[in-house]
Amino acid sequence: MTATVGTSTLESPAAARRPVRPTRNLLRSLTRSRSGTIGFVLVALIVLVSLVGPLFTPDTLPTDTNSVYLPPSGSHWLGTDSSGRDVLVQVINGGRTVIVVGFAAAVLSTLIAIVFGSLAAYLGGVVDTIVVAATDIVLTVPQIALLAVLSSLYHLDNTLLLAGLIGILSWPTLLRAVRAQVLSLREREYVEAAQLLDLGTTRILSVEILPNMASFIVMNFMIGMTNAIYALVGLYFLGLAPLAGHNWGIMLNEAWTRGAIFDSDSVFYILSPVIAISLLQLGLVMMTRSLEELLNPRLRQD
Amino acid sequence: MTDEPVLAVRDLVVEYRTAAGPVRAVRGASFDLYEGESLALVGESGCGKTTLGLALLRLLPRLGSTPHGEVRYRRADGSTVDLLAMRKEELRRFRWHEAAMVFQGAMNALNPVLRVQDQMYDTIRAHRSMSASDARRRCHEVLDMVRLEPRRVMPSYPHELSGGMRQRVLIAMALLLSPRVLVLDEPTTALDILTQRSIVDVLQELRRELGFAMVFVTHDLALAAELADRVATMYAGRIVELGDARDVFAGPRHPYTAGLIRAVPPVVGDATEISSIPGGPPSLAALPPGCPFSVRCGLSAEIGDDGPAEVCVQADPELARVGTRHESACHYSDRVEFAREVITDGV
Amino acid sequence: MASDPLMSLESVSQIFGSRRGEIPAVRDVSLDLTAGKVLCLVGESGSGKTTTARIAAGLDRPTSGTVRFGGQDVWGGDRGAFREFRRSVQYVHQDPYASLNPIRTVFATLAGPMRRHKLVANRDEAWQKAAELLERVDLTPADTFLTKYPHQLSGGQRQRVAVARALTLGPKLIIADESTSMLDVSIRISLLAMLTRLSADLGVGFLFITHDLALAKYFGRDGDIAVMYLGRIVEHGPTRGVISSPRHPYTRALLAAIPEPDPELNARKRSAGSLLRSMDTPSLLRLPTGCTFHPRCPSWVAGECDVTVPTLDAVTADHQVACPPVLRQERAEPPVTVLAEQDGTA
Repeated sequence: MTATVGTSTLESPAAARRPVRPTRNLLRSLTRSRSGTIGFVLVALIVLVSLVGPLFTPDTLPTDTNSVYLPPSGSHWLGTDSSGRDVLVQVINGGRTVIVVGFAAAVLSTLIAIVFGSLAAYLGGVVDTIVVAATDIVLTVPQIALLAVLSSLYHLDNTLLLAGLIGILSWPTLLRAVRAQVLSLREREYVEAAQLLDLGTTRILSVEILPNMASFIVMNFMIGMTNAIYALVGLYFLGLAPLAGHNWGIMLNEAWTRGAIFDSDSVFYILSPVIAISLLQLGLVMMTRSLEELLNPRLRQD
Repeated sequence: MTDEPVLAVRDLVVEYRTAAGPVRAVRGASFDLYEGESLALVGESGCGKTTLGLALLRLLPRLGSTPHGEVRYRRADGSTVDLLAMRKEELRRFRWHEAAMVFQGAMNALNPVLRVQDQMYDTIRAHRSMSASDARRRCHEVLDMVRLEPRRVMPSYPHELSGGMRQRVLIAMALLLSPRVLVLDEPTTALDILTQRSIVDVLQELRRELGFAMVFVTHDLALAAELADRVATMYAGRIVELGDARDVFAGPRHPYTAGLIRAVPPVVGDATEISSIPGGPPSLAALPPGCPFSVRCGLSAEIGDDGPAEVCVQADPELARVGTRHESACHYSDRVEFAREVITDGV
Repeated sequence: MASDPLMSLESVSQIFGSRRGEIPAVRDVSLDLTAGKVLCLVGESGSGKTTTARIAAGLDRPTSGTVRFGGQDVWGGDRGAFREFRRSVQYVHQDPYASLNPIRTVFATLAGPMRRHKLVANRDEAWQKAAELLERVDLTPADTFLTKYPHQLSGGQRQRVAVARALTLGPKLIIADESTSMLDVSIRISLLAMLTRLSADLGVGFLFITHDLALAKYFGRDGDIAVMYLGRIVEHGPTRGVISSPRHPYTRALLAAIPEPDPELNARKRSAGSLLRSMDTPSLLRLPTGCTFHPRCPSWVAGECDVTVPTLDAVTADHQVACPPVLRQERAEPPVTVLAEQDGTA
């Protein structure tokens, strides 16, 4: 409850002239919650290392049959793999694809979900029927199986193509959630007031309704990203995508198929991609907390 | 009737824990409730009236506590007990048997997935061993008292009843174990006018027949005028005026009470002076210095030049006697002018 | 009805379908709304007052009947006319906590409609206009309020912002649906006084929906009042006339039921005795035959009230009531002021 007696005169009219935009306080808001800060730092670190790291590491690592499956040592911090290649360098080089695919796939699926989910809910009628039917169809398609079929037909060596495929298969759950949210927000009195003021469908959706779901969308975007990353890693792990280049999924596949799991010296080799993936996912999830605060003025302090 | 109060509240303080530290929602409330008497706690939202009502039966939410004060209850045999010092088991026996709460019916005070009869039986069984047929008879009795048809209401789910019927079921449930004190939170809020009327009639009748004492919380001054013997006005966590309903409504001695009464338009005749109280109640976390009402007080502004009178800003006044059974916490209680002239002709 | 009405509802009905049968929320309601005047629609829950208000706002299309705005049928298919009507009629909701978008500042809330409809050229102009609107609704200094979010405002302040938003497009009619019922009693009057001033200054007409006859009497003292019961208008006339000498038994019961902040007056009122035979309102799914009020009416006539559906008929030139026994009585004897009876002073 706020005091309403005698309105504050602390702000001069000039200072009050322009409302402070939320983006200006981005960094401050991001760092307000402890777990949010950790998540933010974690994600930033991983992204930075994955994008900048490869510039300082060799593109192709020399194979050395004399030093396979070495335990961690001064020259190989995380040991070596079945061909005697350095694991740390692979971890650094292997993040980029994962992050790019995860991000691009999440952007694609979130966009599809928001646009069609909100239109279906707000307009109703035929639009809604068609969108809901399409969603149900895509929802019933077994993702991995379809990807397996596609990968046997086409050579899925293009990262963005992979991202597109994952994105196009993973929007239905979010769409249903968006549709349900818009259906409830549509009935809000402020939306009704906007209709009476003839603000137009696009504006009502983009200004009155969707921003109220921002934290929900961001949260789901993050979850979408983690899911896409798991899907990608899974594809490589199962060998459904061509094993070219370096990434955490390929590392896992090789560790699995080439017998590293039976070598007790290779614990760090096997665990390092797993931990890299887990840390990234953890960072993404923790970050959502700060973002939620950022997007909800009630949680923001004045 | 004896001259000892059935409920004596002394200097009761209620605090809520918040992220910004403890906030006092009730700041030292004292009053007596006599047998068969009806007391209204009135005030704007956020003045602490509901908190005080809940604290009387120790029904505060988990973040609330009573660091100070007494709620002394006098049993039928004359022995007294401090509710705030009671242990859990004692308290459980005390509620329903000795004093019962009627929550706001519009809220979810009834369990939506249980039939009315099951909720009533549960209440009886939790407190007294009674045969099934006796329990059934008792339920019929109390439902009859609130003018509901037991046969229709008992097998119903709450959502099958109207708001007024639900409110009456809640009153009936409170009466199941014949308590001597009833605490009601906003008993008619959110109900239709005719339904409000029926609740008021039922309560009046029950009070006459059963003789319980009651405390009810309301923001509706007219309801207080209708149903209360005594009225306590609350502002910023304190009782600022306490007196017999007739005295308070005919000549309030605190500018806040006067303002509240003046804010109610009459339906009969024309009132000459209807006006709102400017501003809103202060935040309990940041009270203004001195009398918390001074910043909104017309009387204080009239006395002081350019702002509230000096003494109002300096000291928070204590409740002081202004009549035989009338107290007010205002430095200038003798200067509160009030005439609610209702002109009933020439409409 | 000398001047042309701004808006008229002509025998409007709204019948909702439900699994348990048809729900006749509003039946055969005709009302005229005039610029600069107040019409109060009074009734309890289930009376159809909010349904009527939503029809008047164009939020719902009636199942039968015509809604005319400026003489034109708004559901007649002319899109231009409908949009014109949309912008001219605004709505102030009951709950100030739900009617403002929680993530938009007061400025954004007010500037949106003005910019969308090109009423302002740029942000500075929007700021200035928004500030003017806030001053109109007594939120000063306007500059400090413009940057606030709804959660930083009290209920009364939010409701004022909602009124300011309704004013952004220069409406001719504002529908206030129980707009004060969620506010503290202590501030209701100041909000109504502000609305009264708007009505006088801007010539805005008001449709004021309320269950509280005392508020209707205060806000609509120079206007008209229509009392609804179970979807129909049972009494209609000038506010002063209806409140001082109510004709319909339902209106009388409502008036008698309202407590006043005056114990003595209440005691006198109470001695007049109960005016109803039953406390429970019938369900809209199973409406009584004939006059829907007859099962509760203290003065019903068997064989007439439970058979014939009454229609509104004039008692005086501008006062109508839907109760044949009352009408017969009125025509036989001179009118009695009920107020005087209740009050015992006259």
